[in-house]
Amino acid sequence: MNFDELFGHLGQHTVDGLSKGAIYALIALGYTLVYGVLRLINFAHSEVFMVGTFAVLGVWTALGVENNPPIGQAVLFLVIGLVVAALASGGTALAIERIAYRPLRRKNAPPLIFLITAIGLSLVLVEVFGLLLPDVAGGALPSMFGRARQIVGMPTILKQETLFEIGGTQITNIQLIVFVCAVVMMALLDWFINRTRYGRGVRAVAQNPETAALMGVNQERVIMLIFVLGGIMAGAAALLWSMRFGFTQNSIGFVLGLKAFTAAVLGGIGNLRGALVGGLFLGIVEVYGATLLSSQWEDVIAFVVLVVVLMFRPTGLLGESLGRARA
Amino acid sequence: MRRSYVRVLGAAAIAVAMVGAAGCQDSGGGDSTASGDCGGKIAIFGAFTGDNAGLVLPSLNGAKLAVKQHNEKNPDCKVTLQEFDTQGDPAVATPFANQIAGDNSFLGVIGGHFSGESDATMPIYQAAGLAMVSPSATRTDLTQKGNTSFFRVVGHDGTQAGAVATYLKSQNAAKVFLIDDGSAYGAGITAELGKNLGATLAGTDKIQEKQSQFDATVSKIKSAQADFVFYGGYTREAAPLVKQMRAAGVQAKFVGPDGLYDPAFPQGASGGAEGAIITCPCLPADKAGGTFSADYQKEYGQAPGSYGAEGFDGAQIYLDAFKDGKKTRADILAYVKSYDKQGVSKYIKFDDKGDVDPSKVVIWAYQIKGTEISALQELKLS
Repeated sequence: MNFDELFGHLGQHTVDGLSKGAIYALIALGYTLVYGVLRLINFAHSEVFMVGTFAVLGVWTALGVENNPPIGQAVLFLVIGLVVAALASGGTALAIERIAYRPLRRKNAPPLIFLITAIGLSLVLVEVFGLLLPDVAGGALPSMFGRARQIVGMPTILKQETLFEIGGTQITNIQLIVFVCAVVMMALLDWFINRTRYGRGVRAVAQNPETAALMGVNQERVIMLIFVLGGIMAGAAALLWSMRFGFTQNSIGFVLGLKAFTAAVLGGIGNLRGALVGGLFLGIVEVYGATLLSSQWEDVIAFVVLVVVLMFRPTGLLGESLGRARA
Repeated sequence: MRRSYVRVLGAAAIAVAMVGAAGCQDSGGGDSTASGDCGGKIAIFGAFTGDNAGLVLPSLNGAKLAVKQHNEKNPDCKVTLQEFDTQGDPAVATPFANQIAGDNSFLGVIGGHFSGESDATMPIYQAAGLAMVSPSATRTDLTQKGNTSFFRVVGHDGTQAGAVATYLKSQNAAKVFLIDDGSAYGAGITAELGKNLGATLAGTDKIQEKQSQFDATVSKIKSAQADFVFYGGYTREAAPLVKQMRAAGVQAKFVGPDGLYDPAFPQGASGGAEGAIITCPCLPADKAGGTFSADYQKEYGQAPGSYGAEGFDGAQIYLDAFKDGKKTRADILAYVKSYDKQGVSKYIKFDDKGDVDPSKVVIWAYQIKGTEISALQELKLS
């Protein structure tokens, strides 16, 4: 137990944890949105994120981005990356909904069928990106997609620098950007769901689909909307991931998706603000755990905390439901 | 009624397509079956795709090259090499091992390429009386568990760890930070090195396979003020780790064992791995004997990377056995045991445990420059 290291640099570890958790939170939004409306756990959502990272990799490679470009260009590349990743991830999420879930919904398939379809789709996407993409794209854009199933690096867009220091805790530019972006995206989504006409439709369908339909809400359109919104958030997460960690792989979504799903459950699945709280909390717990013991234990500690939290608050930290809480 | 016909037909079509695809995948090594009474069939297994495939592919290519040269020289005595892609996962390697052991047409096995998969499958091959020749499984205790059918044409991690310790000493390393991935291979070599470090050991951390974010580890390295970081493991975790270390301003020199000898390491770290040192009991391409290096270059259009020469040697042992008229698993196992010949990577003669003579083992240090892994110097063993 390395208490000296943990408490000696508690502020630093908290900052690290927050920036780690911010990415979980953005991905968690996708799980929570879909669950809130459809009571469906979309396990293919982790692959929506993975597609986003490959979209960023693709567009940066196509633009010929080098390590550490001048700041003006860097901002431009980040914005282009964000747009492309949001389009790719949103498009993938929409395609998943249209191709896989909608036909099942039409037939009133039981929930288990949805679950296994989601897992199957996830595997298909992972292997398509792992095996097919290097063969297909490798010829046209060499060195871009690497070899089958191996990791590929991306250029460093922004050099990590310490912006300011508070009492020995260093906050870097990248950590700040990741955290602020995640909170802003989250706030925008929260505003959209709670304050706009479309958002009211989403809440109506979440509360009571039949009544919402009677009131003239187009349920299919609402469902498409939430998949696209979840995809856009995953695309934003993909850009932040690419900026901070600068690599991707076909199987990158698996562990991250699991963590994000955990974050969603921890905060209260179906609850948007819960996803943010759950993500940040999980990030901090993981970094504390890894510091206290070793990084090998971080998942164990994270899941022990999840179980303990759920024992006392079975619906998560902030409670379930997209519609009911603030209808 | 008609609809259900369509469904049944659809399901059948998918099943056929999948069986077809699976069939294609397995027939990699060449589809002509053994002919005459002097040829035979051997299996090669390892991570031909997956996180760490770049380390293993040269060995597969080396083995294929040896078989191809043999078949060209002996057209009436064809040898078949069949590939089994385990992705380096012991859980995938085990069913393959049962399949290979149960198919009597297989007379020998090249592999495993990683220590974990070798460890998991050794008892199966031993029970089937099949010889295993590994080009790259280096964990020390693989040959010390009383197994009598496992051989390796490569030095073990005890030797490599000793060479790393000597190298660190020669570089005046004052504070060495050790990290491993908890795998059979990574944890093994890191523990061996730790024993040799003494007072220069500044701290340790263990990460896990498939981990991507290393904030806690980087903080520990910073707190320890290490001047050298040794990472025991493979490319998948090493590339993001070294990149995040560098991004956080850690200047410590990065050293890793042969598990990082993979073009995906510098590529995946996109600049972060610059100057990193990789040690490997594998020969630089231009030092290999005979025409191997030139032949490999001609065949694949690139220099043999890690373990190309060792893969070639592994296959050559079986080819020599077939040439010598050995036709049963028992005969071939006995032949491998008494093998005594110059290979392209080193002189090959196994001791009673299945290791090559330690004095014939060479450990090289390589350095990352750009996206290239170039030979730096030969390391002293102790």
